[in-house]
Amino acid sequence: MPNILCNDLCKTYRQGDAVIKALDHVTLEIEPGDFICLSGPSGSGKTTLLNMIGGLDELDRGEISIDGQRVDQLSKGPLADLRLHHIGFVFQAYNLIPVLSARENVEFVMQVQGVPARERRRKSMAILKEVGLDGLEDRRPAQLSGGQQQRVAVARAIVSQPKLVLADEPTANLDSVSATHLMELFRELNQNHGVTFLISTHDERVMRYARRLIRMQDGKVISDEIQKSV
Amino acid sequence: MAGRRALSLAAMSRLSWRYLWRNYRRTSIMLLAIGVGVWAMIFMTALMRGMVDQMIADGIDALPGLVQVHHPAFRDDPSIENSIPPPGPQLLAALGSPPVEAWTGRVKVPAMISSERNTRGVTLLGVDPAGEIALGFDPASVVEGRFLEGPRDPGLVVGRKLLERLETDLGKRVVIMSQDPDNNVADRGFRIVGVFEAKLSGHEERQAYAGLATVQELLGMGDQISEIAVTGGDYRDVTALHARVREPAGPQLEVLPWTELDRYLGLMLGVMDGFVLVWVIVIFLALSFGLANTLMMAVFERVREIGLMQALGMNPSAILYQVLLESLMLLILGLLLGNLLAIASIQPIRNGIDLSVVAEGFEMMGVSSVLYPALKMQDLVLANVVVIILGILTSLLPAWRASQYRPVEAIARN
Ligand SMILES: Nc1ncnc2c1ncn2[C@@H]1O[C@H](COP(=O)(O)OP(=O)(O)OP(=O)(O)O)[C@@H](O)[C@H]1O
Ligand SMILES: [Mg+2]
Repeated sequence: MPNILCNDLCKTYRQGDAVIKALDHVTLEIEPGDFICLSGPSGSGKTTLLNMIGGLDELDRGEISIDGQRVDQLSKGPLADLRLHHIGFVFQAYNLIPVLSARENVEFVMQVQGVPARERRRKSMAILKEVGLDGLEDRRPAQLSGGQQQRVAVARAIVSQPKLVLADEPTANLDSVSATHLMELFRELNQNHGVTFLISTHDERVMRYARRLIRMQDGKVISDEIQKSV
Repeated sequence: MAGRRALSLAAMSRLSWRYLWRNYRRTSIMLLAIGVGVWAMIFMTALMRGMVDQMIADGIDALPGLVQVHHPAFRDDPSIENSIPPPGPQLLAALGSPPVEAWTGRVKVPAMISSERNTRGVTLLGVDPAGEIALGFDPASVVEGRFLEGPRDPGLVVGRKLLERLETDLGKRVVIMSQDPDNNVADRGFRIVGVFEAKLSGHEERQAYAGLATVQELLGMGDQISEIAVTGGDYRDVTALHARVREPAGPQLEVLPWTELDRYLGLMLGVMDGFVLVWVIVIFLALSFGLANTLMMAVFERVREIGLMQALGMNPSAILYQVLLESLMLLILGLLLGNLLAIASIQPIRNGIDLSVVAEGFEMMGVSSVLYPALKMQDLVLANVVVIILGILTSLLPAWRASQYRPVEAIARN
């Protein structure tokens, strides 16, 4: 179970003459088994924060540790291993490998992990069914709708039950039935398997599922509260 | 933290294969380019090999033999004083066992030949016709009359050019004049019984064949001979043959392989091997730009996907291998195509292509007018190995670039 510590994270991007503070002294602690939603206006730094925790980008300052392991100090190889074995990702925009079918995309991470073929197949078929894509397993991403692609990405992120799922707008392209179904699935994984979720979203339906709701603006955390209603 | 894992070879191959055919047109064009390049490597090499092989084979037939035994002074002064006795028992035993396949003793002296109209200097060869044929003299090259029938044959066989120079004809008599060991003039009339044509015009103009015993008698040299010509085995490697003869011949005789008897001819062999390598590399260099460019484009157009794979936990080194594998597949397919093209185009002309239209010039270089392509395993392997090795080296840069993309560059651009 990960215990994630973010301390004084700063990240600025330069665009021409403008300097954008994507993260502005963000400090955050995430406890094992938590279910957190990250909300905030567009450009507030949600994606940047998720990327930093997943070790996809470099900080200007601050430190991130997962279970005492300093993510910001790891080199490429160990970072890749960390992501491979402990983190499931759903990215905001670009998620699937276009030359692989839905099922192959779901199996990709397990393939890199070295999971045997039969087990991979069993798990991928089950999870695709779970996200409502049975019958579409052999389609390539280009033959799937935006929402279907998103669900393939979610299936891939959770199929091997990582300790931490970082999901960036996982319901952005989904109708409300699918979105609700997906959140139920997340909740089930969270409650029964202890998977920690950190989900960035604009979606009220998603926020309702969160135990803890963090709001960001201009790269800063402006509120961080436990929700009672769940 | 768990140990590093990469995709299994099967999974990696599937990914590479799909990426290879993702841009069908580009891959097809590159395949065709590699195929044609490899075809050019192999086909042209086979033609050049054929040409040089022919040149060397003709040269060896004209020497004749792969190894010759002489008096040490004979090659500087090919006169009758520098003759040698016929092979003794030890040398005979060696000449009768492998790797020797055939040998012959011959007399070779400078002489004057006179018809009723003209006189010319020639090399008079006293030969045993059976031995001469075993050493490579082609009886079919005797285009008029007949070849000698035995060492005691009293007739003379001359080249067509010589016949023309002498302004005489088959069946006519000529006089041959030379020196005996005591520096006295020895002469004798011969009837021209045969006319031969030679691939080397020099031979046709300057050589006259007579029976070995007839010449020995004319020159009063007993059973002495000028040289022993020996053949056996592959001309590319005469060390065993040379050693076999060298040993029993003793120190008072000079035993030399063809590569030293005709230095120019020997040089051709080595130069040709080097030339094939250079030719193959030059064509590859032309190809390598296309190959590098193709891979660069293939990698560049999937920056995001590569970033995504890394974000999902694929190691940079696995990305490198994946791109290399893609390149290897392209190379192997291209090689397959090229080899097939080459074999398919050499097969129908394996019995020779007639170059007689342009043959005048070739003959002067000692090349025959029919070209037999020689497809050698060694050259085939060389072309394939060079393409694979240099191809992979060329792919290293694009593959390395791909492995250096940062994951965030893939997903940050919303
Ligand atoms: N690679 C980049 N280069 C330049 N600027 C960037 C880059 N990535 C993010 N930014 C900027 O940093 C800021 C924070 O971006 P981020 O993607 O984290 O926002 P977000 O909260 O995820 O927004 P959204 O809700 O639209 O996804 C934005 O102003 C964005 O323009
Ligand atoms: Mg975002």
